[in-house]
Amino acid sequence: MENLFELFIAASLINNFVFTRYLGLCIFFGVTKKMETAIGMSITFTAVMVISAALSWVIYKTIMIPLNLTFLKIVIFIGIVAGFVQAADTIMRKISPGLYYKLGIYLALITTNCIILAVPLLNAEEGYSFIQSLSFGLGSGIGFALALIIMASIREKLELAEIPRSFQGLPISFIVTGLIALAFLGFSGLITL
Amino acid sequence: MQSNKSYLQIVKNGIFAENPIFRVALSLCPAVAVTSGVKNGFLMGIAVLFVQVMANVTVSVVRKFIHPRVRIPSYMFIIATWVTVIDLVMAAFARDVYKQMGLYIQLIVAFAIILSRAELFASKNKVTPSFFDGLGMGIGFLFALVVISFFRELLGKGSLWGMPIVDFKPLLIMILPTGGFFAVGLLMGLFNWIDIRFFGGGGASGGGH
Repeated sequence: MENLFELFIAASLINNFVFTRYLGLCIFFGVTKKMETAIGMSITFTAVMVISAALSWVIYKTIMIPLNLTFLKIVIFIGIVAGFVQAADTIMRKISPGLYYKLGIYLALITTNCIILAVPLLNAEEGYSFIQSLSFGLGSGIGFALALIIMASIREKLELAEIPRSFQGLPISFIVTGLIALAFLGFSGLITL
Repeated sequence: MQSNKSYLQIVKNGIFAENPIFRVALSLCPAVAVTSGVKNGFLMGIAVLFVQVMANVTVSVVRKFIHPRVRIPSYMFIIATWVTVIDLVMAAFARDVYKQMGLYIQLIVAFAIILSRAELFASKNKVTPSFFDGLGMGIGFLFALVVISFFRELLGKGSLWGMPIVDFKPLLIMILPTGGFFAVGLLMGLFNWIDIRFFGGGGASGGGH
């Protein structure tokens, strides 16, 4: 059990995908202009992350390894994620239009997020067990959510600040991210895996 | 649609006016992740260039056979196939580099820039313009990566392409994760400043997704 907790903490804080592995930046900068969108994205993302980690683990272990298809893992994992996102989109629209109205737009964006693909790839590479994969997926999702929320709250304040014209928008966001990343370095000694 | 534009202009468009990183601000992850050394940045740029060109050409060839409703997943599969090709090639021929950035090579498949060029350009144009569009975008990307990694390696390690150049105490921060964000932010600001100052442009970078 300790191992799972460690994995979770490592994925969410120490190796936070945004701040130390620099993944998912496109979405990170895209949805953090407003707190509301950041929260919507966090919820959708974490859910999709855990489920697609589980799905890809099952397919990797039961189909790809026995058939010796591991060299196709990029194609198959992106297929799983894209297929799952498409299915979730359709099912959500039918079953709960209210939820779809709130979170549906984020679903479409998720396919182009590198983290969603990185987690199954890392799971496969590290040879995690099913539960470990789930824990890693959940940790990554929460870590991403944390990053989004921190960034959104800072960017809302940035709106009021006086910034040189050439730095408005993305450049200043990058520098702020750099500062947060510096703060996240402080977690690096927390657990040694 | 693009017939009156010369191929040179299409290529130039990708390098300057719509530079994937500094202007359109798509696919920022590799801009930060692999730019701690010029060599890594360069090889990553080459990988992206290859995938972009091949994906554009393939999408353009098959564009009439793909039903519009399934086009995005189809493009993903085309891109993923070419990424697998470059992934295996890199793993075979550049082992030391691959160890450091194998994950990022595999993740080229999720780069928004490649999908967006396939969707915006290659799916509407003939094969030759699509090829040049991919070439332009790929070179633009390569250029941006090399510029960023040039500054980061020079300041962070005092070397270029692994060769020591300047003898001073390096700024460790530039090769840490943080430094990547700072370098990209500052360079983007610089590009905007040049644009505003000398070309009278709006200086606004893209929406960032």
